[in-house]
Amino acid sequence: MLRIATPYLFTAAGGTIAERSGIVSLGLEGYMLAGACGAAFGSYYGGNAWSGIVWGAAGGALFAAIHALATIRYRADQIVSGIAINILAVGATRFAIRVAFGSSSNSPRVSGGASGLLEFLGLLSILGVAGLINRTRFGLRLRAAGEHPEAAATVGISVSHIRAMAVVASGILAGLGGAFLALDQHQFSDEMTAGRGFIALAAVIFGRWQPFRAGAACLLFAAAEALEINLQGTSAIPSQFVAMIPYVLTVVALAGIVGRSVPPAALGKTGH
Amino acid sequence: MKALYPVITGALIALVVGDLLILGVGQSPADVYRLLIEGTWGNPYGLAQVLYKATTLTFTGLAVALALRAGLFNIGAEAQLALGGFFAGAFGLLLPAGFPAPLAVILCIAAAATGGAIGGAIPGALNAWFGANEVITTILLNFVVLFFLNWVVTAHLHVPETVHTRALASGTVPRLSAVIPAFRGSAANAIIVLAIIAAIVTSWLVFRTRFGYELRAVGLSPDAAEAAGIIPARVRVATFTLAGALAGMGGTNFVLGYKHYYEDGFSGGAGLIGIAVALAGRTHPIGIMLAALAFATLSQGGLAIHALVPKQMADILQGVVILGIAVASRTKS
Amino acid sequence: MLALENITKAYGTVFANYNASLKVETGEIHAVVGENGAGKTTLMRIACGELRADAGHETFDDRDVTGWNVNAAIAAGVGMVHQHFMLVPTLTVAENMILGREPFFLNPRISSQAVRELSESTGLAVDADARVSDLSVGEAQRAEILKALYHGATTLILDEPTAVLTPREIEELWKVLRGLREKGGTVILITHKLDEVMAIADTVTVMRNGQTVGQFKTNEITSDDLALAMVGREIPPAFIPARRTKNGAPVLEVEDLVVEHAVDGVTFSVSPGEIFGIAGVEGNGQHELIEAIAGYRRVTSGSILRGGVPIERTTVRRRGALGIAHIPADRRRRGLVLDYTVAENLILGRERSFGRFALDRMKMAIEAQRLITAFDIRPHDPRLLARQLSGGNQQKVVVAREMAGIRDFHVLLAAQPTRGIDIGAIETIHAHFRLARSEGRSVVLVSSDLNELLALADRIAVMLRGKFVAILDRDDATMETLGRYMAGAA
Repeated sequence: MLRIATPYLFTAAGGTIAERSGIVSLGLEGYMLAGACGAAFGSYYGGNAWSGIVWGAAGGALFAAIHALATIRYRADQIVSGIAINILAVGATRFAIRVAFGSSSNSPRVSGGASGLLEFLGLLSILGVAGLINRTRFGLRLRAAGEHPEAAATVGISVSHIRAMAVVASGILAGLGGAFLALDQHQFSDEMTAGRGFIALAAVIFGRWQPFRAGAACLLFAAAEALEINLQGTSAIPSQFVAMIPYVLTVVALAGIVGRSVPPAALGKTGH
Repeated sequence: MKALYPVITGALIALVVGDLLILGVGQSPADVYRLLIEGTWGNPYGLAQVLYKATTLTFTGLAVALALRAGLFNIGAEAQLALGGFFAGAFGLLLPAGFPAPLAVILCIAAAATGGAIGGAIPGALNAWFGANEVITTILLNFVVLFFLNWVVTAHLHVPETVHTRALASGTVPRLSAVIPAFRGSAANAIIVLAIIAAIVTSWLVFRTRFGYELRAVGLSPDAAEAAGIIPARVRVATFTLAGALAGMGGTNFVLGYKHYYEDGFSGGAGLIGIAVALAGRTHPIGIMLAALAFATLSQGGLAIHALVPKQMADILQGVVILGIAVASRTKS
Repeated sequence: MLALENITKAYGTVFANYNASLKVETGEIHAVVGENGAGKTTLMRIACGELRADAGHETFDDRDVTGWNVNAAIAAGVGMVHQHFMLVPTLTVAENMILGREPFFLNPRISSQAVRELSESTGLAVDADARVSDLSVGEAQRAEILKALYHGATTLILDEPTAVLTPREIEELWKVLRGLREKGGTVILITHKLDEVMAIADTVTVMRNGQTVGQFKTNEITSDDLALAMVGREIPPAFIPARRTKNGAPVLEVEDLVVEHAVDGVTFSVSPGEIFGIAGVEGNGQHELIEAIAGYRRVTSGSILRGGVPIERTTVRRRGALGIAHIPADRRRRGLVLDYTVAENLILGRERSFGRFALDRMKMAIEAQRLITAFDIRPHDPRLLARQLSGGNQQKVVVAREMAGIRDFHVLLAAQPTRGIDIGAIETIHAHFRLARSEGRSVVLVSSDLNELLALADRIAVMLRGKFVAILDRDDATMETLGRYMAGAA
């Protein structure tokens, strides 16, 4: 089950940071996909999983940086930019494997390994993000930037810098999540993230933008998925319905049926 | 004219990026562009395919644009499109073979609109009555709906070894090749007329009616609208439902006009590209139709230039265009 | 010593500051005074580094600090306490305090302790561990001041600090400010209230229309002199008495109205042909009261009767049909759709009279022309966006629609109808109020301008902390009596 949860944990951890700083992170799916592709390339050309991990993080960071540039420096609408990033990531990764490997859907098999370490790091990332947000100077400024950027500006904090760092951090983490996927499956395939970035975002929202709750949501969603795999063929519940669970749960949470879900006050508002 | 500036900027950025990619794979942009034009507007089959794709994109573009005018983001056009196609297909299966054709078509279109409307009403209601953010709910419901439809077809309605239903006996719509022989072999069909009608009617609705006045007021200044006696929640639900209906009608392009059956996954991302179409078209029906043609050209052209450049380049350019437009239209905070 | 010279700052074609100058000596309490929109806040935001002037110089302690940023200003000990609090609601007071100068790893105990110590030494009582969203307005303001002091401010700039304080809290604030002055600090007070200036300031600089028109020592002038300098002309408290034909059943009755957190049991009734004024310091529930009667704020309990018909649970539209018109306090947010044209704004709320399905554009154009002419809305172009009009003309659009538009009214609810607009527009609006009254219609007028109330109203109620503490006939109402009721001292 941890195997399923790890991509979610990494990505949700990253999503929490970025969203708490006030930047809508619809692009998590794209960062993850870029990370998966980067990891496949890194592992292929570098010959081992370590270069895969590094290039995976870099891939996610790259696409996150594009989002940060567009939304923070150029004040583009964060929702549109996020969707564009996702479309861009799909296209760019397809293009990359086409040009490099001549295939339209898969990369060649790459060496994996480091799964155990990455799973551990995935859990650690939630812990780390919680500590970062609640116990450090950066985290306090991050929270201020996400709730009341004007107040932060009046004490001389650069809200733009904080948000940019937060977004790139989310890209690195989501990239690691994608890297795990690719290394675990020993290849990159077209659109392999298959909506996991959105499930991670759903976990963030379901967890009310708090790292531990988001992490718990990730584990919950992963458990449901693991259960379904184990029961495949024998279950009375069709697989599609199990796949729906994370999404339905989050919609229910958003409808306030399990208590009000209040996002960071400045989320999505360009302006500082 | 000032409103076109972001679109032009977006297009220019895409052009530059495209040129770089083309040069990167060792081709000349001039050759590629020539092949692109030849493969799309330069030959009847290509042109017809462009028209076919543009038809679906017009519907999804309208669906997103209508919601935007009321201040809402409709990311759910994909699900609404799929639901529409499904309802049209399912309803059409119920009609016997000899059913009068015009009536069958109208009923199937109505069914499509209904299916899409349901797909729009749910996030609309969640937003209006529970304050649930419609961006997230529509994205989530996209997955839910697509999973659900996949199950319905694969578990119950499919023709074995396929992911589509039986062919419709009634309710199908003729291909354009029936009147324009040069279009033979392409998917273009009479639903394009419906798309144009939908654009005209939507334009009239938004700009010339009392409902449209209230819709735009809620989108521009919900507080002022509320103080004036308009009830924003009701307007939002109604708008989202209508938007869903528009996207749903887009499903008839494939189901009634092209394959004559419902196939799982037919929507193929057209809902998401609808967002790009709505933005590039500045949420104006005429702009939307033009933008739909542009994106359809890009998509079809991608296939045509495959000899020289990977068609995946078109995918990249789609994303670049959207990003370029978003960057160029600074949001006023 | 802080000095600003020939400061100019423009936003587009509007000059917020034009050649404004200010000289503040160390160790004094210096008031910057002027009407709403005079440019006081802009000037002080430039002074403390939040904004950059387009032209002009600034010196601090004989150093040229022109164009400095917030960090440099804070380092020099210049801190601003804003009108709209710059506190992050979800963080505690202590966390807000240390924002900007935190240690790498946060230590809540140490920061709370530091805050508590500062709080005690300055006399600003505030709970260091409370979440800002849980604080009262007065407490939040104390926290805001404490924050500036925590950052080492020796020159404190306060922007309209008393707007939301009770009279006792104001006295406490004066004590704190005097205490700061005793310790050698400097205080700059932005305000539009002349009595405050005379009570607390040593020196006062008057601003009008973005320019500084004079600097005076408060022990050398009177408040009348100040008032004259502020508006540039005599303010005639001209009251034109109404014809006392107040017959007929009341057109509006409010009984024991309670609105959560704002209105605490208000009862009054309005007769036909009457202007009923409501005075009070902003923030005592007047706006919520009006919004509840207009229909877009929920009523917790109590009743509202319009011509005998209970309306406390009906929609805004229904109340409009029953003859209630409304000029909202916030014209940009509530009164107008800024991105609609003047013509479209003139039918807002009444669009159903212009077509059930398709809108009758000819009818709209005629209506627009009629109202633009009647109210002299400038420029005379119905196709201009409301955003492009000046504040006064924007307000005229709202007033024209509500008072002379296609839908007739019996009761007009006017909240701060002349705030921040030019004299000409004010006079037009006042004339229309008087006309309505003479035609037997009624107006409920909420205003923080006592002169306006004394000039127009037949009866004046004073609202304090959600209740009416007095309802006076015009004959019994003077500046002094009203002021005393408003301060809670009567």
